[in-house]
Amino acid sequence: MKISENLSRREFMTRILDFAKKALIALPFVSGFGAVKAFTGGAFLKTAEAKELVAYDPSQHLYAMGVYIDRCIGCGMCARACKKENNVPQEPFYFRTWVERYQILKEDKTIVDSPNGGIDGFPETTNKADVLRSFFVPKLCNQCKNPPCVQVCPVGATYKTKDGVILIDDKYCIGCRYCIQACPYGARYLNPVTKTADKCTFCYHRVVKGMKPACVEVCPTQARVFGDLKSESSPMVRLERMNKIRVLKPDLNTEPKVYYVDLDGEVS
Amino acid sequence: MKRFPNQIIRLIIPFVIIIAGLLIAKKFLVPASFGKLGHFRADALGEAMSKPIHYVGQQACADCHDEIVKKKAASYHKGVACEVCHGPGSAHVDSPTENKPPAPRDRGFCPVCHSYNPSRPTGFPQIVTVTHNPGKACISCHNAHDPVPPHAPEQCGACHGDIARTKMASPHVDVPCTVCHETPTEHRMNPRMYVPTIPANREFCGKCHAKDAQSAKEIPRIDMGTHGERYVCWECHYPHLPQVYNGAAK
Repeated sequence: MKISENLSRREFMTRILDFAKKALIALPFVSGFGAVKAFTGGAFLKTAEAKELVAYDPSQHLYAMGVYIDRCIGCGMCARACKKENNVPQEPFYFRTWVERYQILKEDKTIVDSPNGGIDGFPETTNKADVLRSFFVPKLCNQCKNPPCVQVCPVGATYKTKDGVILIDDKYCIGCRYCIQACPYGARYLNPVTKTADKCTFCYHRVVKGMKPACVEVCPTQARVFGDLKSESSPMVRLERMNKIRVLKPDLNTEPKVYYVDLDGEVS
Repeated sequence: MKRFPNQIIRLIIPFVIIIAGLLIAKKFLVPASFGKLGHFRADALGEAMSKPIHYVGQQACADCHDEIVKKKAASYHKGVACEVCHGPGSAHVDSPTENKPPAPRDRGFCPVCHSYNPSRPTGFPQIVTVTHNPGKACISCHNAHDPVPPHAPEQCGACHGDIARTKMASPHVDVPCTVCHETPTEHRMNPRMYVPTIPANREFCGKCHAKDAQSAKEIPRIDMGTHGERYVCWECHYPHLPQVYNGAAK
C-alpha cells in the first residue's frame, strides 16, 4: 500500500478497508498454515529414540528424589556430573545441584558453606573441638507441587509437566529473572551463555528413557535415590515407607518432591 | 434496510482493523504449539527430552568390560558406578577406540572421597593424606576395582586414627583396644564383615572400676550400687576420653 502526500481522506480509508478485507480473507489460510506447521512440528524427533518417546506417557509417572543425609560424604561427585551432563558453566557460581556443609557449633551458632558447590572438597574452616555436629546436605531444585517459579513467569517459559517435573523452555525464556527471585530454595541461576534461567530438570532427558539422573548415577554412597512415586517397586516408595522424611521449608506450602531422610532441624 | 448511523460505522472500521491486526500478529508471534498442553510451548517438552546424554550408565560399561564390572560388583566399591572415576562415557561408547575415558592414577583423585573430613559420616573409610604413605600413588597398594588394605594393619590406629589420637591423651592410654573390643583377626582384612564387639553392660567397666575389683590401686573406684545405677557407663563417660566429659563426675 503506497501512501502519497496528496491522498484524500476518503481514498485513505478505502485503501485501509481494502487491506483489512484482504487480511480477513487471508486469515483462515494463515491459521491453516499454522496448523500444518504445528502438526509437522510435533514430529520433533527424527532419531530411533523417537519411537520409545512416543510410547512414553507422562501421566503414568510422578518423579521424586530422596536424599539420605547420613550417607552423604560430601565428595561433590553429583555437582561435577551434573555440570558435565547438562552443560552448566564451570565457573563456581552456577549450579543445578550443589552440596552444603552444615557445622553446628557448641556456642549456638551454625556455619553453612559450599565452596564451589562442594566440587573441590571442603577444607577445614573451624576448630574441630568447637563443633557439636556436622553433616552435608545436597541441594537441588525441589520440583515443587506448587511451584512459585512457574506462577511468576510472565511468558510461560517455565512449566510443570504431567510427571511432576518443572522445566524451562530456554528458547522462550526472556531472561527477566523473576523466577530466580521467586524460588525459595535458590535453585535457579541465569545461564551466562544463553542469558536464560536454568535449573535442575531431574535430568528429564534421561529419566524419560528410564535412566537415573546423572547425580544419582554417580553418587558413590547411594545417598541420592531417584524413583517414580506411581510405581510400587520404585526405590522412592520404599524410602518414603521406611524412613522419617522431611522436606525443605515445609511452611511455604510448595510441597517439594525432594525428600530428605534424617534431616537436621537446623537445615532450611 | 436501515443503515447503521455513520458515526457507528466510522468507529467499527478501526476496531475491525485493530482486531484483525492483532489476530494476524498473534498467528505469527505465538509459537504454533503454545497452549496445547498448558501455558507453555508444547514443543519445548520434546526438546527437553531429546537433549544429549553424557553419562551412559553402568550397564553400557558391562556390555564390553563385564569382567571388571563383575569384580567390582563383589567389592566394597560395588555402589560406585564406573563413571564416578572414569567420567562420562558417551563419547567412548560412540567410538570406543578413539575416545578412551580417563583413569585417575595419581594421588589426587581417591582422597576426594577418602580424605579425612570431620563432617563425613562415622565409619566411612578415610585417611589423612599427609601421613598416609605420602608421595605414593593410591593404586600402587590398592586396586580401585576391589579395594582392600594391601596388608593387615598392625595397629588399630591405622584406620581408627581419630579414636587412637583421642585415647592417647586420656587415662586409658595404656588400655589396649582389644581389652574392650574383642576383635576377630579377619576384621583387619574384611572390616565390615567381621565386626569387633563392644561392651554390653555396666559390669564390664566394673571389672576395673568397682569397689571390689581386682585391679591396680590407682584406678578410680565407684560404688556400682549407687553410682548412676539406671544408666550404662558410656552415657556419661566417653570411654576413649573418660575424664573430661562435661556431664560426668559432678
